[in-house]
This record gives sequence, C-alpha cells and structure tokens, in this order.
Amino acid sequence: MPRTIIIDPVTRLEGHGKITLQLDDAGIVQDATFHVTQLRGFEKFCEGRPFYEMPNITARVCGICPVSHLVASSKACDAILAVQIPPVAADLRRILNLAQLVQSHALSFFYLSSPDLLLGMDASPEERSILHVAQTHPEIGKDGVALRQFGQRIIELLAGKRIHPGWTVPGGVNEPLSEEKRDQILGMIPAALAAIQRTITWFRGSVERFTAEIEVFANFPTLFMGLIDDRGLAEYYDGALRVIDSEGNIIAGELEPVHYREFIGEAVEPFTYMKFPYYKPLGYPGGTYRVGPLARLNLAGRCDTPLADVEWRRFRAMSPRPLLSSFHYHHARLIEMLHATEKIAALLADREILSRHVRATASVNNLEGVGVAEAPRGTLIHHYKVDENGLIRWANLVIATGHNNAAMNRGILQTARHYVQGEQVAEGMLNRVEAVVRTFDPCLSCSTHAMGRMPLVVELRARDGSLVRELRRD
Amino acid sequence: MSAEPNIRTLNIDGVGISARADQTILETAREHNIAIPTLCHLEGLSEVGACRLCLVEVKGARRLLPACVTRVEEGMEVTTHTPKIDRYRTLVLELFFAERNHVCSVCVANGRCELQSLALTLGMTHVELPYQYPQLPVDASHPRFTVDHNRCVLCTRCVRVCSEIEGANTWGVMGRGAQSLVITDLKEPWGQSETCTSCGKCVQVCPTGALFEKTGATSKVRKHPEFLPYLRIMREGE
Repeated sequence: MPRTIIIDPVTRLEGHGKITLQLDDAGIVQDATFHVTQLRGFEKFCEGRPFYEMPNITARVCGICPVSHLVASSKACDAILAVQIPPVAADLRRILNLAQLVQSHALSFFYLSSPDLLLGMDASPEERSILHVAQTHPEIGKDGVALRQFGQRIIELLAGKRIHPGWTVPGGVNEPLSEEKRDQILGMIPAALAAIQRTITWFRGSVERFTAEIEVFANFPTLFMGLIDDRGLAEYYDGALRVIDSEGNIIAGELEPVHYREFIGEAVEPFTYMKFPYYKPLGYPGGTYRVGPLARLNLAGRCDTPLADVEWRRFRAMSPRPLLSSFHYHHARLIEMLHATEKIAALLADREILSRHVRATASVNNLEGVGVAEAPRGTLIHHYKVDENGLIRWANLVIATGHNNAAMNRGILQTARHYVQGEQVAEGMLNRVEAVVRTFDPCLSCSTHAMGRMPLVVELRARDGSLVRELRRD
Repeated sequence: MSAEPNIRTLNIDGVGISARADQTILETAREHNIAIPTLCHLEGLSEVGACRLCLVEVKGARRLLPACVTRVEEGMEVTTHTPKIDRYRTLVLELFFAERNHVCSVCVANGRCELQSLALTLGMTHVELPYQYPQLPVDASHPRFTVDHNRCVLCTRCVRVCSEIEGANTWGVMGRGAQSLVITDLKEPWGQSETCTSCGKCVQVCPTGALFEKTGATSKVRKHPEFLPYLRIMREGE
C-alpha cells in the first residue's frame, strides 16, 4: 500500500520545516518534498518605514545571522544615499561579516552536524546532540563552543552586542574601532586558528567513513553561484557574482549584483513557503544552482590567505571538477572558517583600521538600492525602493537558503531513494534524510521572509492514491 | 485660620507636608521626593492630565484623581501607591502599548524612551489587551525631522511646546479618541508647513520615538527635554 512518511519537525536546523516522503506499493520512494511551514512577512510590513530602519528591522529576520542582513541591508541603504562609504567602514563591516561567518559555521558544524559525524548517522536520537558530543569527544566539543564564542565575541567588541547590533548603519558604521578592542580581537586569533586546524585534521581523517553518504547526499550536477573579487578570489562583502557549471566552466564571469533580477528568477511551488530561485538563462528547474561554502570554494580561484589556501588546494584536489556532493559543504565550512579568521587578522593588521572617519552622510539620492553580500549560507540580496522622503515603497529579499531550495529538495529525494525502502524504515535512515538538509545549513526563518500571494493546492485523492480533483489558487 | 492664607497643609503617604495653595499634588509630592509616575507632564509646559498615569487616591474623593491637575487642599489625605493604583497605572500603560505599534527593538528611542522606562519601573511585563495594529503613516517630508504616528501616545507635549514656548502653533490634534492624530497645520505634510520654524522643540520633548531627528540611523537619537525650564525662566526674566 502506498504510504507517506513525514519527518516533522526536521531537527537540528534553524527554523521549522518538515519533509514528506511518498512511498509506492513496493515501498520505494516516489517523491520527496521539503516544506517550510512558517510565514514571516518582512517584505510587506517594512513598507512605509524609513529606509534607514531597514538594517535593524531586517536583522530581526534571524538570530543566527543578523549580521548578514545588517550588512546587505546597509549596502542597499548606501546605494539609496548614493555614497561611497569610507574604506575603513567597509573593512570594519567586512570583519563583522567574517566573524559572523565563523560563528554561524561553528554552529552548523559543531552544534548541528557534529553529532552525526562523530557518533554516526545511526546513533540513537537522544545521543545526537552537542551535549553528548561534549561528553564523548570533549576536545571537539570545546573547540566548537570556543569557535562560536570567538565569532560572537568579535561581533560584540565591534558592534556592541552579539545579536542584532545597531552598529552598521547606512553610510558606514556608527563607531570607529578602538586600539584596545583591536588588540583584544588579535589576541584571540591564534587559539581560534589552532582550533580550526585541529578540526580540519580530524574531519579529513574521518571523511572515509562517509563514502556512502557522499555518494547520495545531493550529489548531482548543478550550477554554483557566489561573489568573487576582481582577481577572481573568494569574496564575502563586495565584488561580482560568478556562475559556474558542474564541469567548472565559468558560464557567467562577472555579473553585477545590482542587476540580479536579470539573471535570477524565482519560482514557487505549492508545498512550501520558500521560493525557488534559478539562473534565468537556463530556466527552471534547469537553472538550479547552489550557493554557500561549497559553491564559493568551487568557483573561486582560491581563498587568498596562506593557511586556507593550503586547505583549499587539498579540498579541490579531491576532484578534477567542482565537488558535487553536498556532503562536502561541511569540509568547505571549516576551510572558510580558517580563511575568515586569517582574513580578520590581516584586516586588523592595517593601522588604518583605527581611522575615526567611518561614516558618510547624505540624504536620499537614489530611489532604489540593492545590497549584496555573502552570508554564511550563500549570497544574500536586499533590494529596496523608496519614495523621495526615504520611506520604503517596496522591498525584496533573496535569501541564501532560498537559492539552495531546489537542490535541497532534489537532495532529499536522492538520499531518501537510497536509504528509505520497504516496510521497516530504521530511524538512522530517516536521520540521513535530515542530515542531507543539514549539509546545506538552511536557515528557514530567513528563507520565508516573503509575503504576498502564495500558491495553494488542494488535492483530492482516491483510496488508491489516484488524483480525483485538484483545486488550485495561484 | 492659617497665619499664611496661601499655605495649605496636607498629608501625602502619611507624611505631613505644607504647600502653596496654587501647587498641584504632583508638584508638592515631587518637591518632597515622593515618586509619582507621569508621561504627558513635562516641567515647563502646562498640564493637560491626558495620560492618567499620575492617578492618586484622595480621601473622600469617589474616584482616583490625576495628581498633575489636582490642586492641594487643606487637610487633604493623599495616597500615591496602593495595589489598586498600581493596577490602574499598569493597565493605562498596557492600553498605550496595545493602542499603536510600539516595537522597541527597532525604535529610534529604544533605551531612551519614557514609555519604555515606565514599563520597566512599573513592572509591566505583559500586555494582556489585544493589540490594535492600526495602519498609521510616517511623515518624513520635513528635511530634518520625522513623525511616526505608530509610536505616538497623544501626550500633546509637541502641541503644547509649539504653542507655549515657540509660539508657532504648528502642531494640533485632529480626530477623536484613539483615532486622534497630532498634525502639522491643517494636516499638511510637515515639510510643507508654513508655520513650522524647524526649531525642533517638539522633537526634544517627545517622550517616545514618535518625533525624531533624521540622523540616518536608528541608534543615534538622543533627546534633551531638560532645556525647557531654563528657557521658561529666561523668557520670564525678559
């Protein structure tokens, strides 16, 4: 008899989601869908607000990655002011964004995924938590907590508080960096680098245990998209968007993020509040692409800091082409943490970083602004239109997690087809279906910021599962 | 008969106090360091008794009386804090929060807001009344200032300071009850007001984030309502 397996809620993710698996008579998975079941409405209720409130309002989209929204939103507001912000302000925002990357990656890798990686996918659900990891592998548990703290502490030192700081403002930042705080941050770097390197060494050694998972964890060709700097190296704050195909060919070298609507389309599906962005020239779903750590390391020339570059070369040496299995997101996350930490140290080493001139002021000079930055999970786009008084008339947020939506759904189907079969489905099998989603580190609260007409489909099915009637509201 | 006809003796919270006959309970209490919460009151402006946070119990009176507009009387017995009064005051605050869209976390006045401070000092932990979520406009047409009606508590400090201190009479109130709005001129956009002198006093006296200076960021706003008494003294000295 056909049956449906529902995993609800999907655990160790940021936000609420559920997975539906459709099995046929023989117990073979026919279809799999990932539902994000919440609605946030940010794009709608921002309307009418003064534009310079947007960094603070949109930061509330997320408690894990508020800094990403602060940065992208502030950049969109810079565009509305039509100012070139002081270079030091840009570097300070860069440091903030990288600190956010470290703490968010630490959360994803250690808190959410390390139980699967250390204790095995088949460990009992009670054991699969960071607390249990801290008991069984105290060194790794400690490193995880310390690295999250490292990132959060930098955010606090720079911006005043760890979550939803108000420091990043249109035109730059509110306060310059003091020498004392800079030295405090620099003092924390060596321990952080050592912790990340320990983790990479351990992870590299344990990857072999997951050969089966690597094979089926969203392991298929897609495009990859991410920011690069003018030398084609990994970039997180500024730069142009690059799109590569699964063979590693650059199919779009330097797309201007401002014109994102020309090359990114957003499809909708009836079973989820999360949209499905795609690369427009190839259509939907052919233009499915992935963003985030794996995409960035696949498409960038290299990382641009010495320790991270060594790891990047090793990583890329695993395949002559881009790495296609989403399992490698974990590895990419660690390399990015290494890069971010080195980069923070490099930016702080410049004496100019203490400059007092950190903000440009202006009033509304453009009625439209786009801000793009790399969030931990991938490319984040904020786009606002304002009236002549600077009140928001329209807002569009394209969220990193959303870009990966199509790949996540396909990945769930691939993993489920491999692991879930027959009448008896072991818990560890379902955990693998969840784990493939975790590789993407989706932030579901972020991804469902939208508001507006959501398609709704009501299906009336006969007992044998055949469709009798379908009601659709588009 | 008292030897001083202009002096009244009364009792506030069990303490014997003398006051001038033209003083209010609020003035007298504050002179003697007896705390009574207020919101619409501001030293240097006339009293309107609008917010009802200064309600006190006067022996013999059938209802609670606002301390800011009730004059002292001979032999008066006033109580400023009882469980009943505290309950009323918290309810009044809850009404303020429920009436419009007060979202502290993204407000320019966060951390420096009188409404927020009152909620903290009076221990208002929840709003049990249903929020009204009115759709209210923001007027950002003035080059230097913005009015966000979502955060207005209708205390009318702006109206009074504009009339009594600046003498411009730009601000007024339209509508009735909860639908009231503070308006500039005959509801012209603030930026088009012909009477506004852009002095900014209304912004400085606004207790919440309803009136604020355009700093281009939400975390830089600091208001200075303390200038009013000095201004008044200087004017009176002319």
